[in-house]
Amino acid sequence: MPDLQGYGWLLIDGLMLTLGVAVASMIGALGVGLLAAMGKLFAPRAGRFLIEAYTTFVRGVPELVLLLLIYYGVPTLIQNVAAGFGLDWSLSINPFAAGIGTLTLIYAAFACEVFRAAYLALPPGQREAAYALGLNRGITFRKVELPQMMRHALPGLGNVWMVLVKATALISIIQLPELMRNADIAARSTRQPFTFFFAACLLYLGITLVSMWGQARLERWAARGTLEARS
Amino acid sequence: MDFVNENLPRFLGGAWLTVQLAAMSCLMGLALALPLALARLSARRAARAVSTAYVFFFRGTPLLAQLFLIYYGSGQFRHALDAVGLWTFFRDPWFCALLTLTLNTAAYTSEILRGAIQAIPKGEVEAARALGLTGWMQLRLIVLPRAIQIGWPAYANEVVYQIQATSLVSIITVMDITGVARAVGARDFTFFEAFGLAALLYLCLVYAFLFGARRIEARLNAHLPQARRPRAAGAGGLTR
Repeated sequence: MPDLQGYGWLLIDGLMLTLGVAVASMIGALGVGLLAAMGKLFAPRAGRFLIEAYTTFVRGVPELVLLLLIYYGVPTLIQNVAAGFGLDWSLSINPFAAGIGTLTLIYAAFACEVFRAAYLALPPGQREAAYALGLNRGITFRKVELPQMMRHALPGLGNVWMVLVKATALISIIQLPELMRNADIAARSTRQPFTFFFAACLLYLGITLVSMWGQARLERWAARGTLEARS
Repeated sequence: MDFVNENLPRFLGGAWLTVQLAAMSCLMGLALALPLALARLSARRAARAVSTAYVFFFRGTPLLAQLFLIYYGSGQFRHALDAVGLWTFFRDPWFCALLTLTLNTAAYTSEILRGAIQAIPKGEVEAARALGLTGWMQLRLIVLPRAIQIGWPAYANEVVYQIQATSLVSIITVMDITGVARAVGARDFTFFEAFGLAALLYLCLVYAFLFGARRIEARLNAHLPQARRPRAAGAGGLTR
């Protein structure tokens, strides 16, 4: 283990904030993504077009540019518009909120695609059988479709989570004291950049390992009650 | 509109740098990915272990951390690098950016290549062996062409991601699209316009590439019936 010169706790604090931002953004992305997927499948034409435009835009623009657009761009835009009305506003967004907001916005678009594909993978007979039993649309979705969707969606969502965790490192650019930012602070004050960035890398690898283990368990849980083909 | 007229030349200069970095890192990454994928599939345990560890490290850590590790981290070994004459390279942000992007995309590309090679029907390789082709000829005539065909949509998505990933080099002062946007935005306090224009430029690059990628894909699959063609590039989710 390299000598961290007492900066180990700073890295652990950063790790905690990284995990907090990642979990909050993932929850947001799951919620917004599921809504967007349902919109893409069932909304009227104009709604579908809007959601399609949103996912197309988000998937074509780098995360960093979106983050900077939201953190620096949106406040200056609002200030300029306000100045047009003769108002002198000074506005800034909290980096924590900007980070979670941006990651939610981006990864909801990817989660939306995963949910949509998972819904389309369900055999229509499942739905028809539920209606034939007299279940209404809401209960059919909650009790029949959603549990089966989860099984198809989990591998894709696991992938979204892994990419999202790594994307949280970008928020260090707007000075949120997460893992990368704290590693940077420690690297500057000890003049040992390699040591601290490598330590940060090991912590990210730790998150990746735990996530892989968790994903395998979740997938097994979601596939309960299905017959496995054995070769 | 004034903003666009005034700053477009600088942004286009940045776009050229972005294209250069993406193209060079993808080509060199592809060259590095092939031995990595073959090592992963090799019968030798040591080769498999090295390749697996490499891919695990580069896929399991953020690109930003890798970039800082190489660009700032190399400073910790300045004397050693100076002694072997490599410090001039590691001092240069452009070189560090290209090196990091190449090493990173090589890891993802080798996984795509490995998946594609493993997806080739066994009979095709057995047929090549039955015809008496040597190992190298099997690879060159049968395995690689089929792997390219199978892996192309996934690889096209990787290139799209790589185009976007180049934006991180702006953090170590390289003046790509994002770097220009940050400089212009900070100078005139026009962050919204600057990052908005940057976003549009990335959109153009990404969807222009995907347009070309789909035409290549149609060519690669020209002999297949519609139903047996692989999923289109850029369709659906995240490949990383």
